[in-house]
Amino acid sequence: MTATTPPRARPRPAPAHRPRRPVSYWAYLLPMGVGFGLIVLVPFAVNVWYSFFSWKGGAAPRTWVGLENYRELLQDDVFWRSFGNTLYLIGAVAVVPTVIGLVLAALLFDHIGRSFGARAASVLRAAYYLPQILPIAVAGVLWSWILETRDGALNSVLRSLGVTTLPDWLGDPGIALWSIMLMLVWLQIGYPVVVLMSALQRVDPELYEAAELDGAGWWRRFRAITVPHIRTDIYVVVLTATIGAMKLFAPVLILTKGGPESSTYVPSFFSYRNFFELSRVGYGAASATVLAVVIGLVAGGLIFWQARSVEADR
Amino acid sequence: MTTTTAAAPVRRPDPAQRRNGRRRRSRDRRLSVALLGQRWLVLLLAVVVGVGMLLPFYLLVTNAFKSGADYSRRGPLALPAEWTLSAFERYLSSVDYPQLLANSVLIAGVVAVGGVVLAMLSAYALGIGRVRGRTWVVFVLLLATILPQEALIYPLFSGAQAVGLQNSVWSVVIIFVVLQAAFGTYLLSSVLGTFPHEMLEAARVDGANRWVLLTRIVTPIMRPTMSVLLVFFFVWTWNEFFIPMIMLITPKAQTIPIALAALKGQNTLDVTQLAAASLLSLLPTLVFFFLFQRTLTRGVTAGAVK
Repeated sequence: MTATTPPRARPRPAPAHRPRRPVSYWAYLLPMGVGFGLIVLVPFAVNVWYSFFSWKGGAAPRTWVGLENYRELLQDDVFWRSFGNTLYLIGAVAVVPTVIGLVLAALLFDHIGRSFGARAASVLRAAYYLPQILPIAVAGVLWSWILETRDGALNSVLRSLGVTTLPDWLGDPGIALWSIMLMLVWLQIGYPVVVLMSALQRVDPELYEAAELDGAGWWRRFRAITVPHIRTDIYVVVLTATIGAMKLFAPVLILTKGGPESSTYVPSFFSYRNFFELSRVGYGAASATVLAVVIGLVAGGLIFWQARSVEADR
Repeated sequence: MTTTTAAAPVRRPDPAQRRNGRRRRSRDRRLSVALLGQRWLVLLLAVVVGVGMLLPFYLLVTNAFKSGADYSRRGPLALPAEWTLSAFERYLSSVDYPQLLANSVLIAGVVAVGGVVLAMLSAYALGIGRVRGRTWVVFVLLLATILPQEALIYPLFSGAQAVGLQNSVWSVVIIFVVLQAAFGTYLLSSVLGTFPHEMLEAARVDGANRWVLLTRIVTPIMRPTMSVLLVFFFVWTWNEFFIPMIMLITPKAQTIPIALAALKGQNTLDVTQLAAASLLSLLPTLVFFFLFQRTLTRGVTAGAVK
């Protein structure tokens, strides 16, 4: 359809006799294609290629080892642990903020917005969203100080409350991961609030009015109207946050460097460390490839599951 | 917030509804008291959460203006005994802040403009041109968003070395123009898919070719969406951590957030200086946030839902 030449209404002062073929739309895709090839496709393929070698990087000799790196990964406790930790981080980035954010968005939208005006709701929304625009490095530095054992802000509060055995938030292998999760919840809450509040604006207000007349309380309306109507948006929030959680890197590097006793390792940090600190490029490339495949599978799985549940609704 | 004070129409509940509510409530006074209490309780809850979210920012600001002695004597929670700029002076004398700022602005600015232009070109082919296999093209482009940067970094790192772009802001610019534009293409092409057809037909009848169509018809109409994307690309790129940290090694080439993380890594533990440095590192984004608060909240939803 689009390939047909547009009918010419007015004859133009034609420089050439034959009508010029219009530039194909593919030409407009060319710059992106070249850039994408150079920055994403080729590097990813090369990364997979590297993963079959034992290589210290740079000019060092590269030895083909086949699948040896992958075999070693399977037996690497730290690597497995890093994936286990990712499950916790998904909880802290995708699950908890979405649940809290959903309740906050609904409260702001149909409670505070109505009782105290739209201004009050938008000021609160901005307060929740502020951490989201923070450079992750700033957030990391800020929290590494808040959680500092000796004179961090959190322990200062506890001390003034009379707590004598102050927790070592980032130095205790049993709680370091939870400390990072605390920061991530703080960081993440604004995202679902903003997305879901705007989703709520699309819900027909008459539905709420009808439900209210029928005597449905807030919780009832929340469950019967709010959640079902913005399900797609909730799902998008969960999907993007889950992918984000699996790729998480900066907070771990800045707060704990994977420690103590590798209790806060995450896959991306594992790759980084092998690439740039341990000079095990092939091994790092293998772990990065595994992470990419796992993220791809999880994302694909979530999309498939969503598509099926939409189908089931019809 | 400050940006919304001017002429923001405050939406009030429609009067009929309020009258109704009042009548019903007068019928049952006890219920009314309970409801009123509940209303304030909900507000209190929401405000408490809000204060909790802002608390770290409060700590950042107050401690940045303390002297080191004040901090060690009275701890992190007290207000400064005397507001001083000494922590800022120490930070500014230890780094070349104007250079860092210039690097950050250059990188984020070029990426924002370049990313939007590149995204618009390809979204035009996909959304208006409807090239065959466009669903697959979009799907492949989304790999840029899904793939972890770790799975690209080593080849990119050695590639930059091979072409002499190591430690150059341009390596970061090129990478992020493509990565951001890949996401932008996805967003813009889905918006362009619903572009009013009659307008395109009318222009074609007038003899507009595809380039004219893009620059004279489509782009002006898409300007609001593109500016949202521009703001987002700027903020995202400004805040990026992993790739700039790997690519930009010397302080001369670094961005503001990378220099901050490097300062923290030195383990000198001058807390007030760290607070001042953090504040200076988020100041530009904060200014941006207050200028574009609405754009940002509009944009995050566009990005999520489209």
